[in-house]
Amino acid sequence: MTVTEAPPAPPTDPAELPVRKASTRKRLVPYWLLLPGILWLVVFFALPMVYQASTSVQTGSLEKGFEVTWHFQTYWDALSEYYPQFIRSLLYAGTATILCLLLGYPLAYLIAFKAGRWRNVVLVLVIAPFFTSFLIRTLAWKTILADGGAVVDVLNTLHVLDVTSWLGWTESNRVLATPMAVVCGLTYNFLPFMILPLYTSLERIDGRLHEAAGDLYATPATTFLKVTFPLSMPGVVSGTLLTFIPASGDYVNAELLGSTDTKMVGSVIQTQFLRVLDYPMAAALSFILMAVVLLMVTVYIRRSGTEDLV
Amino acid sequence: MPVLRWLRRHLIVIAGLLTLAYMILPNIVVMVFSFNKPNGRFNYAWQRFSLDAWTDPCGVADMCGSLSLSLQIATWATIGATALGTMIAFALVRYRFRARGAINSLIFLPMAMPEVVMAASLLTLFLNMGAQLGFWTVLIAHIMFCLSFVVTAVKARVMSMDPRLEEAARDLYAGPVQTFLRVTLPIAAPGIAAGALLAFALSFDDFIITNFNAGSTVTFPMFVWGSAQRGTPVQINVIGTAMFIIAVLVVVAGQLIANRRKNSARP
Amino acid sequence: MTQQQTEGGDVRLTGISKTYGSFKAVQPLDLTVPQGSFFALLGASGCGKTTTLRMIAGLEEATTGTISLGGRDITDLPPYKRPVNTVFQSYALFPHLDITENVAFGLRRRGIKSVKKQVDDMLDLVQLGDFAKRKPHQLSGGQQQRVAVARALINHPQVLLLDEPLGALDLKLRRQMQLELKRIQTEVGITFIHVTHDQEEAMTMADTVAVMNAGRVEQLGAPADLYENPKTTFVANFLGTSNLIEGEIAEAGEDILVGAGGMTLRLPAGRCQAPAARGGKLLLGVRPEKISLAHADDADSIAAGRNRVTGRIIDSSFIGVSTQYVVESPAGKALQVYEQNIERDTRLTPGAEVVLHWNPAHTFGLDAAQDIDAGVETVEDAT
Repeated sequence: MTVTEAPPAPPTDPAELPVRKASTRKRLVPYWLLLPGILWLVVFFALPMVYQASTSVQTGSLEKGFEVTWHFQTYWDALSEYYPQFIRSLLYAGTATILCLLLGYPLAYLIAFKAGRWRNVVLVLVIAPFFTSFLIRTLAWKTILADGGAVVDVLNTLHVLDVTSWLGWTESNRVLATPMAVVCGLTYNFLPFMILPLYTSLERIDGRLHEAAGDLYATPATTFLKVTFPLSMPGVVSGTLLTFIPASGDYVNAELLGSTDTKMVGSVIQTQFLRVLDYPMAAALSFILMAVVLLMVTVYIRRSGTEDLV
Repeated sequence: MPVLRWLRRHLIVIAGLLTLAYMILPNIVVMVFSFNKPNGRFNYAWQRFSLDAWTDPCGVADMCGSLSLSLQIATWATIGATALGTMIAFALVRYRFRARGAINSLIFLPMAMPEVVMAASLLTLFLNMGAQLGFWTVLIAHIMFCLSFVVTAVKARVMSMDPRLEEAARDLYAGPVQTFLRVTLPIAAPGIAAGALLAFALSFDDFIITNFNAGSTVTFPMFVWGSAQRGTPVQINVIGTAMFIIAVLVVVAGQLIANRRKNSARP
Repeated sequence: MTQQQTEGGDVRLTGISKTYGSFKAVQPLDLTVPQGSFFALLGASGCGKTTTLRMIAGLEEATTGTISLGGRDITDLPPYKRPVNTVFQSYALFPHLDITENVAFGLRRRGIKSVKKQVDDMLDLVQLGDFAKRKPHQLSGGQQQRVAVARALINHPQVLLLDEPLGALDLKLRRQMQLELKRIQTEVGITFIHVTHDQEEAMTMADTVAVMNAGRVEQLGAPADLYENPKTTFVANFLGTSNLIEGEIAEAGEDILVGAGGMTLRLPAGRCQAPAARGGKLLLGVRPEKISLAHADDADSIAAGRNRVTGRIIDSSFIGVSTQYVVESPAGKALQVYEQNIERDTRLTPGAEVVLHWNPAHTFGLDAAQDIDAGVETVEDAT
């Protein structure tokens, strides 16, 4: 057959051509997909925040009812009365986060680069505890750290407890009901939240990068500091956030493993809300906690330069 | 010294295994103490071996009831959060629309919020609305906090999906519904399954938000919490151990199936 | 083939364009692809060729214009209702289905129950009968490519669209698949519209090539015609290599005489694409392989009537069948000359003074108002 050039069609003037627009139905698809879930979050997450903000500036009592009186004094009262619990919460959560990073990094590294065919087995062992109620597992620490138990005996014999007691972490040959027990429980509970993001970002690193670094005169230590660690930063950032945020509001570890001297702010909110029924005070406390955590998280994310966490 | 050199070379492996031991130790304790016969009300110190709790796992008042309630809530919360979260994830990856930033923040914030804050504010809402606290308020709360995690898990998978696959399906005479059922869903399935699994685990194990919004309803974690005050029955350890074993078995079975599929596909 | 039949299956684009926001991906364009032809859309990445293809497939909605197939307007039909199938870039094989199910996908969607025979026949056509039960990731790139072709062809589309189908293959395999695709096209007689950035691929396979640039068709025609008679500097440079020499018209008649760098070059008026008037500027083009090279000492032995340019070799590279020289001359800084390695003159080394000469009939003239370097591949472009 012969190929003929397209017959010279009359030149079409672009201005005269009718312009097609995507149909309205098509343009609405994303909104329909988003609607139910986003509505759920608006009604049961965002709206409650508004209610709580309003509650925190109300005064009154359970019998007479509460009224918005713009009573900001509650915030001041909450801070001056409960600042030790606030500081303690941030301190414990911060310590637990650092411990999680120090403990979790080697394990994540091990799974990503050294486990070989054991990789899946180790991963299962990291995730499986998730499926046993964390309360049961936290209670197990009561047994492990019990007075006169093996752990306390060893620490005693090694005179570790003398040092920690001097630092105020433990008290006279006891671990249970001390800050150390609470931090130990927090660290334990949130370790998987640190390890999984770390593992995910380490696993993405091309093994040849290590070889390239070695080829370019980097010692194993330098390779880690200059190549591996910077590349795992997204995992470090999301891991620390996933550990610090829940740990700062946790009260389970403090209640189960600590004493009245180790109460964290979560305990106070819970008590005010469910037992004392001082709703404005509880709301104010919870708002302060939220503000502090969000502030710290924002600053942290900005400084670490990782914003694509969602 | 050879010992020191060996230690230095395997430092990371040793440290990692120590962490692993730290993570597993409580599970071992839970398992061992499920065979204990404690003297008092609390199961914290080893007395002697006994199979009593294993032969009568529901022998404690209300425990199995709370367990079944928790399973129900977790199941419904998983279904709800997975459906809503998957839809959001698809919208976020596949479409352009207004207010993307605001929606991203709305999804990120529940994960960046201490649980106790969400718990307290949600309770404020329920109290203001005069809602009856119980099964439904707990379910609502669980869907709410699981949603963001599902979105994150599914989104990761959908993002790595080649949009050309769906175009290829449409090109090969599959209409929108067929394309979704035959191509999109099967390929996104691992991400959706991961999100659902995460939602189930989070919902089943949640204590703080549930404690605030459950009223007089008692879920399994709440039962455990209460028993920590009143006395811990050995049956709690039986349930904990059984859950651990089932979880490991499910994962191992999944691995085996995946392996067999891979092998059979090979000629 | 009668005119009636040819008209029957033509793909006709009328005033088709695509705009994304303020970016015009495809300028309004008219194009007719005759039934049964192997048609190539050739251009650099981002020239709008893939968008054009996707509009034909229905995967992209045209902003303006209409698309018709055999006289039927298909502009508003969704892709799954068009008798058109696509071989996608990087194939887009369904990873969760085996090869049989991938190939049977289109048949099944159209409600055809007994697909086995057809699938087997089709897999035989692409020589993949033994791989029916494998998953796509267990196949090599070339095999995946053939599955993609089979998956589209089994539906007997009126038009097969190929979007850079060979881009992911290595050079040797690409050559092999070019011939393979050409064979299949001849065998099934379906219209193929092939999008590629590889000019060699387009010229080897297609019987008509449309060269696209910045959202419009620069030139359309048979490969040899495009190569010999480029109408723009873009086509001259993008399709193979051209030496473009800027000059001033000294005399316009049946032959145009152009002065460049103190030399006078001749050009048949019929091969000049620009209006020629005395004193006007003109770009003279000549392909490197049309030029002969003589050492300056032998200048007298060159036949009369040939165009001559004197210069000095600044670089030469031996590539087996030919030697490529770069010559610096008053007429152009870096003129390319490809000499076949029949009798190599050992004096032709860098630094040697030479005379380039060629038959004036091989010269073409282009409008000097254009960018002389349009379509020249640079290091950044080559991926």
